[in-house]
Amino acid sequence: MARLITELSGWGRYPVQTCELERPERYADLRSDAASLIARGQGRSYGDAALNENGRVLLTERVNRLLDFDVENGVLRAEAGATLADILEMIVGKDWFLPVTPGTKFVSLGGCVAADVHGKNHHHECSFGDHVVAIELILADASRVTCSASENSELFWATIGGMGLTGIIGEVTLKLIPIPTPYMMVRHYRADNLEQLFRLLQGQDSDDRYSVAWIDSMASGRHLGRGIAMCGHHADAEELPVDFRSPAQIKRSRAIPFDFPSFVLNPLSIAAFNALYFRREGAKQQPFISSYDSFFYPLDAIGNWNRLYGKRGFVQYQCVIPEATASDGIRKLLEELSDSHRPSFLAVLKRFGAQGKGLLSFPMAGYTLALDLPIRDDGLFMLLDKLDKIVLQHGGRVYLAKDARLAADSFRAMYPRYDEWLKIKHAVDPQNAFCSSLSRRLEIGGKTP
Amino acid sequence: MSETVLILGATSAIARATAAAFAARGDALYLASRDLDELQRSAADLRLRYGVEVRYGTFDAEAISTHEAFLQSVLAEMPNLSGVVLAFGYLGDQQAARDFKVGAKIIAANFTGAASILNYCANYFEPLQRGFIIGIASVAGDRGRQSNYVYGAAKGALSLYLQGLRNRLFASGVRVITIKPGFVDTAMTYGLPGLFLVASPQDIGERIVATLGKSADVVYLPWFWRYIMLIIKHIPESIFKRMKL
Repeated sequence: MARLITELSGWGRYPVQTCELERPERYADLRSDAASLIARGQGRSYGDAALNENGRVLLTERVNRLLDFDVENGVLRAEAGATLADILEMIVGKDWFLPVTPGTKFVSLGGCVAADVHGKNHHHECSFGDHVVAIELILADASRVTCSASENSELFWATIGGMGLTGIIGEVTLKLIPIPTPYMMVRHYRADNLEQLFRLLQGQDSDDRYSVAWIDSMASGRHLGRGIAMCGHHADAEELPVDFRSPAQIKRSRAIPFDFPSFVLNPLSIAAFNALYFRREGAKQQPFISSYDSFFYPLDAIGNWNRLYGKRGFVQYQCVIPEATASDGIRKLLEELSDSHRPSFLAVLKRFGAQGKGLLSFPMAGYTLALDLPIRDDGLFMLLDKLDKIVLQHGGRVYLAKDARLAADSFRAMYPRYDEWLKIKHAVDPQNAFCSSLSRRLEIGGKTP
Repeated sequence: MSETVLILGATSAIARATAAAFAARGDALYLASRDLDELQRSAADLRLRYGVEVRYGTFDAEAISTHEAFLQSVLAEMPNLSGVVLAFGYLGDQQAARDFKVGAKIIAANFTGAASILNYCANYFEPLQRGFIIGIASVAGDRGRQSNYVYGAAKGALSLYLQGLRNRLFASGVRVITIKPGFVDTAMTYGLPGLFLVASPQDIGERIVATLGKSADVVYLPWFWRYIMLIIKHIPESIFKRMKL
């Protein structure tokens, strides 16, 4: 099959590496003769998870068909290259919805499994992998294995969150959730400091099926951690006004046409934006109706928003701190960020529910913080190393799907089930055919000794 | 009124996109190619996404002795067949085609097989006084170049064949449309050096279906290829033969 050697990066546009791309169009061609291979869906992981420097990258974007849908029970089977957008377009009109969705619908199904993604409902409904009924995995010898919680379950839980390192995810069967209407009932709560924000996220009164908090990362001192908790659920028909007419569908109408000069996002402009956003969104104290697109995927309305961060790209730093130490840990992280005077355009705090069974899955019961940090100079990486230390001291971990720079020993300390995972990896992929730039950097996998 | 369309060579990226564009209008489809597993997957996808009737079956362009029975089996399943899209093609390797066994395969797949199945389709539509035939040829058929002249010759022959068919079927009201795509982002072109202005298969698929609403007989896709090829066709042969193309 024809191949293309080109420079490639993840959504954060850092790092940029030379990879050899292969783009099969037939299901039977989801295999490879390469000694080193990683599958890549929509390239929406931020760092180097879907890169393979000087190795092969298998693009799954053309193997994207929806195969079977049980409309009675909400069970969907599709090829792993299908995007969540493809799926939503087909299921929402039939009163079904994704059980878990990340903040963009332009991700592949296979990517959602490999990163065991989470959404705003993790505190109630856990991560993506908990709703996967079965996977067809294509192994290094091109054989196909069906894995589920009951069949080849070890391989299943090594693949959920396994960053594509156990094989090529070919097909995914997913259990959907029923929805009464396509609309969301949303309410915003304002918090003037971090303590209040935590209280909102764990509070009985403000809790809803979906919740997430935006933090004004430029606020410091007594305002440190001020933000807005955004909570919502799928609206019942009775909640909609009788004469409710659907607002116009959000289409991807605008795109960032070029790399923004790096001075556009500076501490001053971000502080100004944040103050404005805090006031405007914080004022929405009454419940309001929203489309599912603007509730779940606000950034999808702006194509290529990653270009906002300029040519050098950005790093998204996402970590989780367990419940018991979360308030202290998150405070320290925000203080460190604030002291560094590095603007984070986006800071998001979210509560996680119970840890899943994926051996390398990111979520654990506690709180997760995500920060978008443009790369201006190497000082950023020193700051992130400091953040790693805080995360480790508090028993937390960093999200691999966002990561571009974690150290291998930090990874080992953060993912205590790695040894269990490695046994399974060695059993199914003794030659370490499935590897990525991320797996080499973090020393994940390797040939069976 | 919705159509019932047979897609020959339905597993290629352009064919898949064309099928999707028909399905999006509510047309019923019959997908045909050699790869049954692929057809089953694409058929399921089109049914789920667009809620249309989709059937499929095996078709081998080079096995011309099977073509008549193949068309009969399609008609048995879909008696309202109203149109055919011929989307199969085989680029092959021009270097390897210096061995004529390889060249013969390129000609058989792109021209002989096409002429065979289109002959049966034309004989079916002509007495009914309705229907359409869309043939996907190539800009490579407009002028012979050393880099792909066997493929180009076969596609050029297909264009000429479609032209004759159009002339024959005009009186009976059967439309024959020749599509000449330029560079399209498919498995055929993936990773090839020197491509420019590459179109997406989705764009080409939608435009192919849109030609039914227009009167053009020969359509270059995207449109600017008409002018690129106009220039290429007008380079005097005495100069052209010296060029590395």
